[in-house]
Amino acid sequence: MSAARKSLDAKRQRQIVTPEGVPLGVTLATRGSRLIALILDYVIMFVGLFLIALALLLVGINLGQLDALGTGAGEFLVVVFFIVLFLAFNGYFIFFEMGPRGATLGKRAVGIRVAARPQGQSGERLTAEAIIARNLLRQIEIFLPLTFFSTAGEAGSGPAWLVGSLWFAVFMLFPFFNRDALRAGDVVAGTWVVEAPRRKLAEALSLRQESAPAAEAAYRFGPEELEVYGEYELQSLERVLRDGDDETLAAVHAAIVRKIGWQAGSGDERAFLESFYTALRAKLEGDMRFGKRKADKHAEVDRGGPPLR
Amino acid sequence: MKAPTIRNPFAAQPLPEQPDIEAAALRSDRFRLEREGDWRRLEQIVRRLERGFAFRLSDEDIMDLPVLYRQAASSLAVARETSLDAATLRFLEDLVQRAWYQVYGPRSGLLRWLGGFFRGGWSRAVRAIWLDILLAFAAMAAGVAAGWVLVARNVEWYFALVPGSMADARVPGASRAQLAETLAIADGAGGLSAFAAQLFYNNASVCILAFALGFAFGVPTLLLLIYNMALLGAMAWLYNSVGLLPDFLAWLSVHGTTELTAILLAGAAGVHVGRRMAFPGDASILSATAEAGRRAALVMLGCVFMLIFAAILEAFPRQLAGPEARAIIGAFMAIAWTALFVLVGRERKGASAP
Repeated sequence: MSAARKSLDAKRQRQIVTPEGVPLGVTLATRGSRLIALILDYVIMFVGLFLIALALLLVGINLGQLDALGTGAGEFLVVVFFIVLFLAFNGYFIFFEMGPRGATLGKRAVGIRVAARPQGQSGERLTAEAIIARNLLRQIEIFLPLTFFSTAGEAGSGPAWLVGSLWFAVFMLFPFFNRDALRAGDVVAGTWVVEAPRRKLAEALSLRQESAPAAEAAYRFGPEELEVYGEYELQSLERVLRDGDDETLAAVHAAIVRKIGWQAGSGDERAFLESFYTALRAKLEGDMRFGKRKADKHAEVDRGGPPLR
Repeated sequence: MKAPTIRNPFAAQPLPEQPDIEAAALRSDRFRLEREGDWRRLEQIVRRLERGFAFRLSDEDIMDLPVLYRQAASSLAVARETSLDAATLRFLEDLVQRAWYQVYGPRSGLLRWLGGFFRGGWSRAVRAIWLDILLAFAAMAAGVAAGWVLVARNVEWYFALVPGSMADARVPGASRAQLAETLAIADGAGGLSAFAAQLFYNNASVCILAFALGFAFGVPTLLLLIYNMALLGAMAWLYNSVGLLPDFLAWLSVHGTTELTAILLAGAAGVHVGRRMAFPGDASILSATAEAGRRAALVMLGCVFMLIFAAILEAFPRQLAGPEARAIIGAFMAIAWTALFVLVGRERKGASAP
């Protein structure tokens, strides 16, 4: 299960190269999260429009009866209402995606954003034109099939609902038939939807010991003891230390002690693991500077091959 | 007991205390500690930009943003080769990416961008798709001719082309007086503004549809143009049959020159996307489509504004003004739009492109 998940996650990884030549990893948003974002956006828009209509009703303006009034002021309000309607359905997405976060409120809620799809290798600037293009396409993806449905009841319209559903299905399923999960608007605009990065800087583990006097007890590890592990184990150890679950710490402690052939009591697992982490990192980073990298405990030392990333 | 304090949730967080750089045992930790202050400052600037508080940033922060971004990017490149601290690496990856979105994001907000758009961006985009405009124009002209010829041969075609809701009194066999009535001057502006808004909503949707259908290699766009213009041709034949063609054209031209131009441009934008998809040239299909799509989107946005304008013209002058005034307004609008597209936003000779 977890292996399958990992391979799915790996499928969503893409690389862009900034103009400075630094490759950056981006993760494509899942189709599910995009659907949720879309639904959220429509809920927000409809609730907003409903509230406007309700507020107007409360101050004594019934939009449904304005036409019948035949007064200038009533007509003016109908005009305003139509323009608001048009702006809401077309301007909402454009306005928010053009903002600094590149995401509508719904997208923000699920933590995704719009970005320019790199044409070729290098990452590109997300332009206003691209955002307008990708949102104008919503008109055929969502609103056109709705008009088919609305004519479905009329005489002589034939299988309009069938055409509408087919059309709807084609565009809704579009993201499932390409590698980058692009919808039609993304293709036309040259954009894609990625996960928005938002991670805080965690405290460096290897710095903790200096501040904690309890960890003074010196564990010294020789080269042959540090030889057994690689980068993968180092990162697992870092994760375990950050989670700080006592049972796991004890289990990892026992495994390492057995592996390096030490006899160690219990009670000081955390300090032991932190020193082991620091020592192992020092050793592996030292090797890195000489161009030697070791991916995991099974790997032969890679001398001067291409870097892991 | 501590006195209660009110925390300002928007206040900037104080930077955490820095451990002693010299005390760090690992070289990668010293590398991190030396730069951490800059990274955190960059993060703070980026966070404020993301929240839309750009106006609260000092000039110094704005000036430093690109510098800090480049420093972080190079830190990331170095850290990947020298550090195994996964937390630092992940943080840097995210930070550089976030800063990249800000440094290489949309350059201005919607309003400022619109300013540039009207001062030349739109006209340049229209000029860039001149070939597609010719194609769309040919389709529209063919549509008018087809509508006219079909109805002239067999009047039954009229009912096939013109939907009942639009026909009203405008049917073959109607007397000259009845047809003249449909072109008459209304006696007041009552009910017209709402009519205009509805027309605008309808026409804007049709325009966006014409553009969006370009996605299917432009063929449905051309069909849509031909069909809509055939309707026009059929009506023109009808009015001609009772000798009212000049009045009909004047009636139409008030808003028609604006609206038909908008539909022409929308269709051309759709054809442009479709044509670039079918014949991408040296570029890959995806990148050719994206490039064409962005250009076409500019044209389209302009169309929406033209349609707002057309709706206003449609509701008021068309119903209120006499035939001569109508023709003059229509001709004037045609000239104004043409001048806008041909003349505005040209780069002066010798001046380099922005």
